[in-house]
Amino acid sequence: MPAAQDGVLARLGTLFRTTAFKLSLAYLLVFAAFAFFALGYVAWNARRVLDDQIVSTIEAEINGLSDQYASGGLRRLVGVVERRAREPGASLYLVTTPAGEHVVGNVEALPPGTLAQPGQVETAYARSTDNDRLDHRAIVRIFTLPGGFRLLVGRDVEERDRLRAVIGRAFAWSLMLVVGLGFLGSWFIAQRVLKRVDHMTEITRSIMAGDLDGRLTLAGTGDELDRLASNLNAMLDRIGELMRGMREVSDNIAHDLKTPLTRLRNKADAALREGSDPDALRAALEANIEESDNLIRVFNALLMIARLEAGNAREGLAEFDAGAVALEVAELYEAVAEERGVALEAQIQDGLVLHGSRELIGQAMANLIDNALKYGAAAAEPVVRVAARREDGDIVLSVADRGEGIPEAERGRVLERFVRLETARTRPGFGLGLSLVNAVARLHQGTFTLEDNAPGLRAVLRLPAPRDQAPKEIAA
Amino acid sequence: MPDMRLLIIEDDREASSYLCKAFREAGHVADTADDGLDGYALAREGTYDVLVVDRMLPKLDGLSLIRSLREQGVETPVLILSALGQVDDRVKGLKAGGDDYLPKPYAFSELMARIEVLARRRGGGSSAEATSYRVGDLELDRLSHRVTRAGQEIPLQPREFRLLEYLMRHAGQVVTRTMLLEHVWDYHFDPQTNVIDVHVSRLRAKVDKGFERPMIHTVRGAGYMVRAGGEA
Repeated sequence: MPAAQDGVLARLGTLFRTTAFKLSLAYLLVFAAFAFFALGYVAWNARRVLDDQIVSTIEAEINGLSDQYASGGLRRLVGVVERRAREPGASLYLVTTPAGEHVVGNVEALPPGTLAQPGQVETAYARSTDNDRLDHRAIVRIFTLPGGFRLLVGRDVEERDRLRAVIGRAFAWSLMLVVGLGFLGSWFIAQRVLKRVDHMTEITRSIMAGDLDGRLTLAGTGDELDRLASNLNAMLDRIGELMRGMREVSDNIAHDLKTPLTRLRNKADAALREGSDPDALRAALEANIEESDNLIRVFNALLMIARLEAGNAREGLAEFDAGAVALEVAELYEAVAEERGVALEAQIQDGLVLHGSRELIGQAMANLIDNALKYGAAAAEPVVRVAARREDGDIVLSVADRGEGIPEAERGRVLERFVRLETARTRPGFGLGLSLVNAVARLHQGTFTLEDNAPGLRAVLRLPAPRDQAPKEIAA
Repeated sequence: MPDMRLLIIEDDREASSYLCKAFREAGHVADTADDGLDGYALAREGTYDVLVVDRMLPKLDGLSLIRSLREQGVETPVLILSALGQVDDRVKGLKAGGDDYLPKPYAFSELMARIEVLARRRGGGSSAEATSYRVGDLELDRLSHRVTRAGQEIPLQPREFRLLEYLMRHAGQVVTRTMLLEHVWDYHFDPQTNVIDVHVSRLRAKVDKGFERPMIHTVRGAGYMVRAGGEA
C-alpha cells in the first residue's frame, strides 16, 4: 500500500527532523570520533612497543654474531648461523656470497636487490622450509662482511601483524556498536519528545481553531518541555485577559462614543435646519470642531492606555525627580485652583528619584489634580493636597481632596475604562482619566489605589524606586 | 510671515491636498511629494522654508529621509507629522533631526503656528539668542530677569517670566496652548482643563492692566500673540 508507506516515510521524516534526534546524532558523531582516535592511539603505541622489542632482539643477536665473527672469522660465523637457524622460534639469518648466492640461513628468498643496501629495513621474505612465495614479513638488518659476504639478521613480525588485526576487528565492532546503539537511542528519545510535541501541537491547533480555554497538559517532570508548556499556558492566560479587556473596551467605546457623536450630528442638523444666518452657522461649526476635538482626545487617551497596557512604552524610560514633577504639575494647576476657590497645597520631599517616564507621571498627576479640583471644589473645605514622599523604599505620590469621595464598593470599578459614577454624569469627562493613571502605575511596576480621605478621596500612586539612595526630609 | 515656501511630504493625498490648499489660501507657496524618495529629491534641490514630513512614507520613511537630508547638510527646518503621538516617538523624531513634532490629528491653526515659528527661526536666528526682547513699550531683560512696561517695573513669578519670555520671543506670531505647555513647562500631555488660559490671563492682568493698549492678544481658535497695538 503506497499510501501507508508514504505515511510511514512522512513519520520518519518528522522524526529525523526533530531537534532531539539531530542532537543525539551530533553527540554520536563526536563520541565516534573520540573512540576512533583513542583506539588509533592504542594501536599505534602497541605497534611501536613491539617494533622496539623486535629491533632490540635483532641488536642482541648481532652482538652475539659479531663476537663469534671476531673470534673465528667467517667459518665460525657460518657454523653458528647454521646451528641457530635450526632452533625452534629462531630469528632469521642469511649469509650470502658477494654474488648473492645462499651460503647458510633460514631465509630462502627476498625481493631482488634487498641485500644490496646495508642497514635496517622491513621486507617480505620466504622461509627456507616453505616454497618460494614471499608471504612473510620481517624487520631485518643487513651487513656487508669483509670480502663482500653479506649477513642478514632479522625477526618475523607476524605476531605484530596479528595484534594489529585483532585491534582492527575490535575497532570495527565497537564502532558498529556505538553507531547502532546511538542511532537506536536517538530514535527512542526523538520518538518520545516527538510524541509530547505532537500532543502540544494538537492542543495548540485546537486553541487556534477557537477553543481559547484549552490549556497544555504538563507531564509533571519539570523538564524543559514542561517549562515551555507552563509558559505557553501563562501566555494564553495573559492573551485571554487582554482579549477580554479588548472586548470590553470595544463594547464600551461603541456605547459611550455614540452619545457625543449623536450630539455632534444633532447640532449640525439643527444648525442646518434653523437658519441661514452666517454667524449662527459659524458658531455651530466651531462647536462641532470643539466636540470633534473632544472625541479625538478620547481616542488619544484610549490609544495611550492601550499602548501602556501592551507595555510598548518601556523604551525611553529614564531617571527623574518624581517630587519635582508633582510640584511642577501642582504649580501648573495652581492658577486654576485659585480661580475655583480651592487651596492647592503641596508637600514634597526632596530627591525622590524614580526610573520611568517623567511625561507619563506628569500626565497621571495632572489627571489626579484635575479630578480633585473638579470634585473637591464644592466641598465645605475646598482643599486639595498633593504629596510626594518616600515610604518603605517606594515613592508615594498622592492627591487628596475633601469632596464626596467614592464609595468603597465602587473604588475598583472606576479604574476601568469609561466607568463613570452617577454623581459624575453631569460633569465633563469620559471616564478615562483614572484608567490612564492605573495604566501608568502598572507600566512603572507600581500600584494605584483610591482611599478614603474621610471625607473625600485620596488617590495614591505607589511606585518602586531604584534602591540606592537615602531619603532626605525636606517639606516644600 | 508671508510668502513661505513649504514642502509637504505625505502619502495620504487627501490630507496633503487639504494642507496645500490651506497653505495657499494663507498666501504661501506649497509643493507636495507623495513618497519619501520624491520628497527627498525635492527637499534637496528646492529652497524651502519649512518641510512638513509624515513619519510613515512609502519607499523611504520619514525619519530616514530627515536623517539623510541632515547628512547632506540640508538644514531646512522640519516639522514631523505622525499618527504616533507617544513621548518616545517624539524623542525619536527629534533625534533624527526633526525640529518639531505634531501628532495627528492636529488643528490646522496649531500646524500653521508651529510652521511660522520654524520659518522665523530660519529667517533670523538672532532673536532666539537675544538677551532682551522689546515689543512696543514692553521690555524683558533675560539676564536680570526684569520686565518693564513704559519704564515701570512689573514683578513676575519665575514661571510667568518664562511664559512672557516665550511669547515675546515669538512676538507677532501665534503661539498655541500646546506650544506654551511644551516650551514653558516642558510637558507634552493633554492638560484637559484650560490651565494654560488661566496662566495667560494672570500674566495679562499683570502686563496689560492699567494700559490702554493690550500686549497679549487672544487669537480665536488658535492661541495667543504678543504684539504692540491693536484690539484685545
